Parts: sequence; C-alpha cells; structure tokens
Amino acid sequence: MGILFEDDNFALFRDGFLRTIELSAISGALALLLGVLLAAFRVSPVPVLRGFGTVWVNAFRNTPLTLLFFAVTFALPRLGVHLPSFTLAVIALTAYTGSFVCEVLRAGINTVPIGQAEAARSLGLTFGQTLTSVVLPQAARSVVAPMGSVFIALPRNSAVAGAFSVTELFSTQATWTDRGYPIFAIFFWIALGYLLISTVITQLFRFLENRLAVAR
Amino acid sequence: MSSTSSVLYDAPGPRAKARYRAFGVLSALGIAGLLWYVYVQLNDAGQFSSALWAPFEYTAVQQRILDGLLNTLEAFGLAAVFSLLLGALLAAGRLSEHKAVRSVATAIVQFFRAMPLVILIFGLYAAFFTAQPLIALVLGLTLYNGAVQAEIIRGGINAVPRGQAEAGYALGLRKSQVMFTILVPQAVRSMLPAIIGQLVVTLKDTSLGIIISLNELLYMGKLIASNTSTPQGYPYIPVLLVIAPIYIALCLALTALAKWIEARGRRGANRRTPAAA
Repeated sequence: MGILFEDDNFALFRDGFLRTIELSAISGALALLLGVLLAAFRVSPVPVLRGFGTVWVNAFRNTPLTLLFFAVTFALPRLGVHLPSFTLAVIALTAYTGSFVCEVLRAGINTVPIGQAEAARSLGLTFGQTLTSVVLPQAARSVVAPMGSVFIALPRNSAVAGAFSVTELFSTQATWTDRGYPIFAIFFWIALGYLLISTVITQLFRFLENRLAVAR
Repeated sequence: MSSTSSVLYDAPGPRAKARYRAFGVLSALGIAGLLWYVYVQLNDAGQFSSALWAPFEYTAVQQRILDGLLNTLEAFGLAAVFSLLLGALLAAGRLSEHKAVRSVATAIVQFFRAMPLVILIFGLYAAFFTAQPLIALVLGLTLYNGAVQAEIIRGGINAVPRGQAEAGYALGLRKSQVMFTILVPQAVRSMLPAIIGQLVVTLKDTSLGIIISLNELLYMGKLIASNTSTPQGYPYIPVLLVIAPIYIALCLALTALAKWIEARGRRGANRRTPAAA
C-alpha cells in the first residue's frame, strides 16, 4: 500500500487527480449550458426546435458513453479534426451529460405549479421571460437532488477517458502497472481518489439541497 | 405536443403563430444547414465512397457484427439477472432489523455506487479474470448495478403505505410473508420503470467490454474498422454509423417497454381506485 510514497508516484497521482477534477469541472459546466439550451428547445413553442431537442436528447442518452469516446477518438481525426485528447474527452462527456441535464431540468420544469407560469403570462411576460425569470429559478430548486446524481456520476464517467489515452486518474494505473507494482495497491489508491471526489460532490449537493429546499 | 409544456405559453394568436412559424422556418434552416455541413464534411473526407462501405458486404464482417451483438446481449442478460438478484438481496439487507446486517449491506451499496465502473471492471479483469473477460464484465456490471437496483427496490418498498404492512401483521403474517406477499409485489409494480431505466444503463455499460478486449459489439466494430484497410483508409466512420443505431435502437426498445409498463400500471391503478372508494 505504500507505493504512493515511493519514487515520484505521488506527483503522478496528484497530477492525475487534478486532471480528473479539471476534466469533470469543465465538462460539467459545459454540460449544464448544453442541458439548459436543450431543455429550452424541448419546451419551446416552436415545433421544429422541440423535435430537434427530442431527437438529440434521445440519441445521446441512449448511446453508450464508451461509443462516444470511440467516436471522438477515432472518427473525428478522419474528418481532419485534430484536437488534443483532453478536448476530445470534454466533447464526449459534455454531449453525454448534457442530455441527462436536459431531462432532469425538463422534469423540474414540470414540477413548477401551473399557476406560476399562468401568472407570469397574465402579467404579459414573453416565453423567454417566463422561462428564465419565473419557471427555471423555481425548477432549479426542485432538481438539486436529481441533478446531484448526474454530477456525482460525471467524475465516475470521466474515468472512461483514461481508457482512451487521456492522462487522468485512471490512466495512472497503466503507468503503475508498467512499473510492476502489486495490482491491489494500485487499484486501492485510485479507488480512494475517486471515492474522495464523489464524497465531496455528494456533500456539496447535500448542502445545496438543504440550503435551497423549498418550504411548501 | 404534451399538455405539460404548453403551460409556459398561451395558445398563439395570429401574430404569435406567424412569429412561431418564422422561428420554425429559421431553425429548420439552421438544422438543415448543420446536417448539410456534417454531410459535406463526411463527403469531403471520402467517407461515403463505396470502398469504405464495401466491407459490410462480406459475410465475415456481417457475422462479426452479429456475433458482437449476441455477445453484448449475453453480457447484458447475465448482468441484468444477477444485478436484480443482488439488488433484491442488498435491499433486504438494508431493510433488515439486525443492525449488523443493515450496516454491512449499507457499506456494500455505498462503496459500489461510488466506484467508477471502468475501474471495477478493469480491476477485476487485471487481478482475477485476465483469461475470461466476460466474467470480469458481468461481475463488474452486477456489483455496480446491483447496488443501484438495491436502492431503487428499497425506495419502492419504503414507498408502500405503512398500513399495508400493518394490516399484514394484524392478520398474523410472518415478517417474510409480509415482505414477499405484500410489500415486494407492490414495490416492484411501482418501481418497474426505474428498474428498467437502470437496465438501460446496464445495457449501455456492456460497451465497456472494449477496454478488456471482450468480443462485444463495440469491440467487434473496432476490430472490423482497424483490420480492414481500404484505399480510402480504415472504415471507422462507417462502422460507427452502423453500430451506434444498433445501440440506440436496443436502448429505445427497453425504454419503450418501461413506458408501456408504466402506462399499464397507471391503467390498473385507475381501475382499482373506484373500488377502493
């Protein structure tokens, strides 16, 4: 178990750990943006946009994340798109997570009492105003818990990136295996890293949930 | 159009209709432009040339895709059955009256829910099952999804009104009788959509077999693409265009099943309500 403190393993572990956090944070922020946009599409009065949103979300929610990683790693270079593997991982994770964020938000929008939107409309607010200043702020509160499970899954999902030649926490394992360390020690430390990240995010969302809980 | 989304805006009048139509036309143009751009990019890269698609005419390649699909379904079937069994077991453990059993089950569920599946599967593969990747994949999927299913089942059992169990005890049923004849049937009924939703996740995660070289659909696709050299290069994009719809169709079919069962359940509940009142 002491392998973490031999050679320069700790630096390797620390870099991988920070890289995983960076990957999750960037993809999470972008997925949130994409999810809000898709959710707006899916509830909009324009049928074309609704259809586009539905098709997009259903396609990406039902595609395995591994297949998305496969696509960005092997297909994009064939179209003349050459990006660093970290950027490719961000694209795959954002596309995947964004659809889940959209579905959570849409479910949240449906929990906002009808009277709220009706009141907003009778005050003369437009669709965009109703959505951004009345419905979404209320929906956001009720989706904290389900949104939490999406974002707790994100660092776990980001581990797939390690299998597609992105340097992060999981890929540290390959280096350590090459150096011939015992496999249990390797997986013990890496698992500990991920457990730490997911515990922190879980606590964060628990705090948010208590803080933002709606007293109804 | 669903009734829930129409709450956000009024039934459009003539001017709003014209505006929506204008938006519709604009966004249709935008989407068409996007599709056209993708098409041009693919075409310019020669991805629609017959040389790249010719491999799919060989029976060997078709056989490989079919084998991959069958292996994926096999892994999914095994993982689905075992994860439901493990889920039921862990849920029973978490609802147990003995503190020791409860805390052990809780620890197992928490640990495997927090563990990235990639690490679980790769760790099992590297440590124990280097020769049998299928076992590593199925075991990894079972442990992770079993923990998630346990939480779903537990939630379902807790959601059954307390009067149901109390009525059972009042009739003199034993703990296990109450559990299996009263609580579990009602819990399964209400939780079936969520359980199937998790099965969709299980199905998608079988594609992680690619990292342990298991012959499932995605890995087969990778083999086909990397072993077929054509004058136009390797057919990665055609393979993706074939395989992605297969996965999406499988998952959509499972989701449709969940929706159908949900609708059926509601129908039954509606039928029962008048009798109860």
